Amino acid sequence: MINSLFLINPSGEIFLEKHWKSVVSRSVCDYFLEAKEKALEPEDVPPVIHTPHHYLISIYRDKLFFLSVIQTEVPPLFVIEFLHRVAEMIQDYFGECSETVVKDHMVMVYELLEEMLDNGFPLATESNVLKEMIRPPTILRSVVNTLTGTSNVGDTLPTGQPSTIPWRRAGVRYTNNEAYFDVVEEIDAILDQSGTTVFAEIQGVVEACVKLSGMPDLTLSFMNPRLLDDVSFHPCVRYKLWESERVLSFIPPDGNFTLMTYHVNAQNLVAIPVYVKQSISFFECGSDGRLDVTVGPKQTMGKTVEGVMVTVHLPKTILSINLTATQGSYTYDNGTKLLVWDIGKLNPQKLPNLRGSLSLQAGAPKPEENPSLNIDLNIQQLAISGLKVNRLDMFGEKYKPFKGVKYITKAGKFQVRT
Amino acid sequence: MSTNNLSYNDQGGSDSAVEVGQETTPTSSNAGAGFGLFSTNFKKNDDLKEMLESNKDSLKLDAMKRIIALIAKGKNASELFPAVVKNVASKNIELKKLVYVYLVRYAEEQQDLALLSISTFQRALKDPNQLIRASALRVLSSIRVPIIVPIMMLAIKEAASDMSPYVRKTSAHAIQKLYSLDPDQKEHLIEVIDKLLKDKSTLVAGSVVMAFEEVCPDRIDLIHKNYRKLCNLLVDVEEWGQVVIITMLTRYARTQFTSPWKEDGLFDENSETAFYESDEKKTKNGDEKKSYMMDPDHRLLLRNTKPLLQSRNTAVVVSVAQLYWHLAPKHEVGVITKSLVRLLRSHREVQYVVLQNIATMSIQRKGMFEPYMKSFYVRSTDATHIKSLKLEILTSLANEANISTILREFQTYVKSQDKQFAAGTIQAIGRCATNISEVTDTCLQGLVLLLSNRDETVVAESVVVIKKLLQTQPTQHSDIIKHMAKLFDNIAVPMARASILWLMGEYCERVPQIAPDVLRKMAKSFTSEEDIVKLQTVNLAAKLYLTNSKQTKLLTQYILNLGKYDQNYDIRDRTRFIRQLIVPNEKSGALGKYARRILLAPKPAPVLESTYKDRDRYQLGTLSHTINTKASGYLELSDWPAVAPDQSVRNVEVIEPVRRSIFTSTARSRSSPRPYTKGGHDQFRHFNTAESDEEKSSSQSSEESDKSSSQSEKSSSESDSEQKKTTKKPPQKKTVKPTAKDRYYNELFNTYSCVPVSLSLFSLCILTPCPLSCAALLLQVSGPAFVPEKSHDLLHRMTGKGLSAQYQFPRQPCLYQPTMVSVQISLTNTTDHPLEQIHIGDRDPTGLDMHCFNAIECLLPEASVTVSLGVDFNDSTQAANFQLCTKEDQFSVSIQPAVGELFLPATMTEQDFRKEQGKLLGMNESSATITMAAENTTRQPISRQVATVANLGVVPSGQDNIHRFAGKTASSGALVLVTVELRELSAALITINTEKSVMGPMLLRDLKRALARA
Repeated sequence: MINSLFLINPSGEIFLEKHWKSVVSRSVCDYFLEAKEKALEPEDVPPVIHTPHHYLISIYRDKLFFLSVIQTEVPPLFVIEFLHRVAEMIQDYFGECSETVVKDHMVMVYELLEEMLDNGFPLATESNVLKEMIRPPTILRSVVNTLTGTSNVGDTLPTGQPSTIPWRRAGVRYTNNEAYFDVVEEIDAILDQSGTTVFAEIQGVVEACVKLSGMPDLTLSFMNPRLLDDVSFHPCVRYKLWESERVLSFIPPDGNFTLMTYHVNAQNLVAIPVYVKQSISFFECGSDGRLDVTVGPKQTMGKTVEGVMVTVHLPKTILSINLTATQGSYTYDNGTKLLVWDIGKLNPQKLPNLRGSLSLQAGAPKPEENPSLNIDLNIQQLAISGLKVNRLDMFGEKYKPFKGVKYITKAGKFQVRT
Repeated sequence: MSTNNLSYNDQGGSDSAVEVGQETTPTSSNAGAGFGLFSTNFKKNDDLKEMLESNKDSLKLDAMKRIIALIAKGKNASELFPAVVKNVASKNIELKKLVYVYLVRYAEEQQDLALLSISTFQRALKDPNQLIRASALRVLSSIRVPIIVPIMMLAIKEAASDMSPYVRKTSAHAIQKLYSLDPDQKEHLIEVIDKLLKDKSTLVAGSVVMAFEEVCPDRIDLIHKNYRKLCNLLVDVEEWGQVVIITMLTRYARTQFTSPWKEDGLFDENSETAFYESDEKKTKNGDEKKSYMMDPDHRLLLRNTKPLLQSRNTAVVVSVAQLYWHLAPKHEVGVITKSLVRLLRSHREVQYVVLQNIATMSIQRKGMFEPYMKSFYVRSTDATHIKSLKLEILTSLANEANISTILREFQTYVKSQDKQFAAGTIQAIGRCATNISEVTDTCLQGLVLLLSNRDETVVAESVVVIKKLLQTQPTQHSDIIKHMAKLFDNIAVPMARASILWLMGEYCERVPQIAPDVLRKMAKSFTSEEDIVKLQTVNLAAKLYLTNSKQTKLLTQYILNLGKYDQNYDIRDRTRFIRQLIVPNEKSGALGKYARRILLAPKPAPVLESTYKDRDRYQLGTLSHTINTKASGYLELSDWPAVAPDQSVRNVEVIEPVRRSIFTSTARSRSSPRPYTKGGHDQFRHFNTAESDEEKSSSQSSEESDKSSSQSEKSSSESDSEQKKTTKKPPQKKTVKPTAKDRYYNELFNTYSCVPVSLSLFSLCILTPCPLSCAALLLQVSGPAFVPEKSHDLLHRMTGKGLSAQYQFPRQPCLYQPTMVSVQISLTNTTDHPLEQIHIGDRDPTGLDMHCFNAIECLLPEASVTVSLGVDFNDSTQAANFQLCTKEDQFSVSIQPAVGELFLPATMTEQDFRKEQGKLLGMNESSATITMAAENTTRQPISRQVATVANLGVVPSGQDNIHRFAGKTASSGALVLVTVELRELSAALITINTEKSVMGPMLLRDLKRALARA
């Protein structure tokens, strides 16, 4: 299974290494660094690299490379999934996953990695279990620790680990019992020049933040579960019950977790909340071009579209741009040729518009293809698919929890071809 | 240095005194070495050493943290080994852990010193705390020092039979470590693996299968007996274990079952698309139609893995997908499509692997992914390797119906700024054009247009692809060749120029005017061309010389002369060869005659096919599949056997003494509720299912009580899954003949009839149940007309820290005291450790008289036991409160009886009934008129409804419209008489006569509800 792990920053520096079996020299990373040099973008580095004696499987996440060294056959996804869990664990413990955070908490990260794998095979990956073994740092705790001499390391086996509910720790107590569910839907769409939908689908996720005492047994039901086409669940959800009654029944982990992800039936037409009128043109003679983009609301179900952002990767031959925006502001990075227009709230009365001229490098040919626009947006209090949570019931505990559901629609991979 | 050490040691805590004494010498010598080698950072390490040797834990901890940080950064901290190792026995858990981490990292390099720590671990292996035992084993087995192999072996063997499943899991990991350290131990390790494979804990399953895969993947015989158990446990195993188990079971199934694939229809595209529309339905029918019968175990595997397609873990989803791909009948594979497409939303790296697998699948089975074609559309933000994979899949999915959509999509891609991707698209168009003859012309036209593209790579790729396409059908396309000749001057990419030249030469007879002209131009620029262009120029010249020597003789001579003095030896060589071949002279041998046939032979068209064509030789989802070479440790998937090996090897005999199984019931029969299954949420439903199973088997057992237990177990496992919604039917226990008479069996029967779930099935085959007719006579009451199966929660396993208790009213007269109502409590241990001394503790002092059960000494994990209890409720529905205690804990529980449970059924004649009724009028009578539910209008349903609510006996009645029921209260023996009189229009009058004026109305209320219910 997983032999070693190296954390590498974008400039190629190895700043953490951990071995679960015999030590593998860090020179093995050279193969990876070579591949990284070759790739234009960090995303383009192949996830699986084959070297004479080892196999390198890496992920790129939060501007960090997590590189694992494998010696024998193992499902690559097994490793990839685990590496993502490592990243999520760091995020969960320290609030963010970045080079500085890892360097600041080097020892704790190392200890966590030690707990997560034994001989390269995952031992404890549930956040609830890990947090009982090695408690996450808080200011209060560090003060208490220095005063009382207690440590961050648990000395008994977490109750979750040996039980059949490894995701929940025992003895949870809250003064305010609350359970919040966020239904977040993302629209993935490709629109062509004329604005017609080439491809659109809705992917949703139910994020939960459950802070309930004891061992609550929750049942969440939807008004219209038939909408859901394909689902995947947190291990706590009882699948059979979903199959027979279309309700989510589960004993939740403590804290934040993703309860389910779903895909909305493809037959339902996807409402596209915005339209984009654009024209990007380059003149055949003279090194010049024009850009004119207008964004307007389309099917918004009466809600306001917020946080609208348009991102354009301009052609490499662009020398400079000179644009004016009627609303919001734009930034342009000449190095990466990345144009970001941050619009904010969409006002149907006064449509935001960005226009101006683009100038090309002298002598450069007219770009072949116009760059596509990536749209970002969010709509509060709306699940674009129309999914609605019906009710949440709790069994197994006596108190009355505070319950809340929030709906958000976002743009996922929303792309307008020009 | 050493003196310094000693002085610190003297002050040091007593806990590490022994080790410290032994280590003084090596410490000093090592420090000396360290001085020489690491003189630069010696100072720093020196102060770490001092900190480690202080007697303050906080200082030591600080030092250890710094050392671990050094290790994490990849710095060498090995010279601190002696100083660190003496803290191995520290009482401070955090310090100890850090020392463990350090030891594991450096023990291999410092073997002698590492040995000093072994005794500490040996001691810790006996610690009462399971976490300490487990981590001691973890560290001990991670110390890669060959000398301690025997110690490790011993520790592993011991841990494999540890009480804690967590420790057992650790021992499974340790097996792999020991095996890699000393492969000679294989035989002994296999024994341990065999033992652990039998483990029923979900925690252990994944790890031991991992060990199996690493140590003895060929010992498939070890799996047989555990196959069904693994299949059934699978849903509850943690995610990582699931992946390993599924992969192993895929291999297993390929050796044990016959192929479910029809021989001829292996890649029958039509039939696939047809069933795709309704794959679910046909699943069932398809099986019946064919003569092929799937092994039930094969089906079990497919059925139990299917829910895992919904896992959040992408590795699990793909492993199930590959299992279906390799094992399921062709028409069932469709179920994996949706889940695989879902994974495309996941991280980039996940997409990469999933797309590779889809690419391999889509070549064989287009139909599977065609409906999801749009999910493979490329976005400009995708990474390059994702783009090319999507392109690959789109190309594989193309057929006559969707080709126009795909080509339109490709048009957008060709314009992409990512030129490498655009070039890939052109190749894809070429593949589509060769595969689908209808669009060949359209594609060619499109590609020709691309020739005027501004980008070189696009043009070059187009030329190359056009060349390949023209080769397949050269006759009609002389105009395209002409067009390309025109463009020749503008094309600079060598590969493209070479391709055009080759085309000219190959089809020079179709373009007789142009070809010599192109050669003329080439003669001018020959010296400045790239090598491949030069080679093709020589080729062209030779071909033209043979076909059109009049016009080109001089040109050819000139080019051959230029080639003769070229710097590149390949070109010189080729020139020499061509000259000898085509120019006739006295030296040229027999070959010259064949020059024309050699150079102008018709050449077969290249086949454009996917690079994923032959990837299916590797098991999907594996590393080998991803890198397309055999990774070390890859285990081949064998072909299906022609004849299935013996199926019975998977049968599990259950050999356990009957008595034990009744009281402790360790064998968790499959019909008993799992402690936590994703499948069954509702405990109640489980009980029903289980009960109906038992009824079935108990009725069987009366005829053939010696039926093999394995078979009955099998049948139960099947009915378990099939009869999810068993309708409640009245049990047939009344009909069972009374045979065994002794009290012991009476008690057993109580146990059995009330909470049968806790019993394993085979025990029932032996038991011949006996009703309590003798006891009943004493009390002058009849047996219960009906025993409701409903059980109530007494103690939920969440609140009971793993101890769960359910109670039920068996409606049997209490054996302890006639005034008591008997209650059956079924206790289940859902933890992993035995619960000891379960008994009833303090009762409510003001409370009710109770007869407790004897304390249960020990309840093993996952076992359940049923006990009976007598409670004198004093004819009131007041709850009985008491404490259920285990050795460690106490739980307050209460039993709340329904009013109907406080009665005992009585037999009497209709005359007696009327007589008694006459005495209980006025205050003692309560009545109500209700509208009966439609189905409750005949005798049977009414009797059943009444019997469900209250434990009353039926009084034979002469009138069809009047139904009478009679009973006594348990405590005071007061008569309770119920009359249900049907009137017209489904109205009914319920009358209850009893001197218990509180119970009357309560019973009336319950009856009204039951009878009026829809």
